[in-house]
Amino acid sequence: MQIPVVRNILEANDRIAEELRKRFAVQHILVLNLISSPGSGKTSTLERTLTDLKDEFTMAVIEGDLTTDNDARRVAATGAQAVQINTDGACHLDSGMVLDALASIDTDGLDILFVENVGNLVCPAEFTVGEDAKVALLSVAEGDDKPEKYPLLFAEAHVMLLNKVDLLPYVDFDLDKATRHARALNKDIAVYPVSCRTREGLEAWYDWLRQAVAAKKAQMRPETGKED
Amino acid sequence: MHEMSIAQSLVGIVQQEMAKHGVTRLVSVRVRHGALAAVVPHALEFAWQAVTQDTSLAGARLDMEEVPVRLRCSSCGQEFAPEECDRLMLIPCPSCGEDLGHEVLEGKELYIENLEAE
Repeated sequence: MQIPVVRNILEANDRIAEELRKRFAVQHILVLNLISSPGSGKTSTLERTLTDLKDEFTMAVIEGDLTTDNDARRVAATGAQAVQINTDGACHLDSGMVLDALASIDTDGLDILFVENVGNLVCPAEFTVGEDAKVALLSVAEGDDKPEKYPLLFAEAHVMLLNKVDLLPYVDFDLDKATRHARALNKDIAVYPVSCRTREGLEAWYDWLRQAVAAKKAQMRPETGKED
Repeated sequence: MHEMSIAQSLVGIVQQEMAKHGVTRLVSVRVRHGALAAVVPHALEFAWQAVTQDTSLAGARLDMEEVPVRLRCSSCGQEFAPEECDRLMLIPCPSCGEDLGHEVLEGKELYIENLEAE
């Protein structure tokens, strides 16, 4: 017999992500899912951000890697709470892993939770982890064709950070082309050229974070429809 | 290789639906995947075989069908299907020519449509 099903295959992931989203909404925590290829500077960007904004916000990081806790140790050195998830070979984080990691984080008074995904432009884009926004990071050394080659991520991201712009004189990277292609996929995407090394452009990214935190704080509680 | 995670989720849903309908032998399962959903049919087929091996689902066929992309123009609202549906870049709207920021109506989905079982 034929049995009609019509069920989203990733429904289990989406269900946990929805629970996480409700919890973060109640606590007004801004949750950002950082996605990029390996080596584009996710951890460096976090180190800078956590250090520069440490007096403004309380921040925590969930680090996803195949193995090692190198990144969690780097991030924890800034004073922020950091938890490492080792996926043991899996190419992306899923919402269940983030739920488990949250048990090790004190979320009271937290303003921002960064989830640094496994370095990969493909798979993490398919698995929501309860984030408010995906932040795509692309370093200029990788080439300006990445939005064209990995459209799903750039179509879904709220922000594209173009990192390592201090290398622009040495690489064939067309900032306008990368920006135009990202906007073709996603006309509202915010694009910030930055360099974690020279600090160029970081202030614009911080302003985006400030606005996003303020917007999250102003959001009404989902279950009551009332403001806190 | 997130096809492995997808195959595991697939098995979970198939087992639930089979129990619900009181059937025990799976013949085939039909999956529809959007052209933009970053699913490689060959890799999913491989993962499906790997996770069903030595289980009661072993030998069941996995049928996959791609859902083409449908867009809504960001400027005039016209709905259209681009000729090359595996890419989203700079596709001009057939009615007004706008090529930026179209809304994706179809092409990102990933779901089980039905299963055949006894």
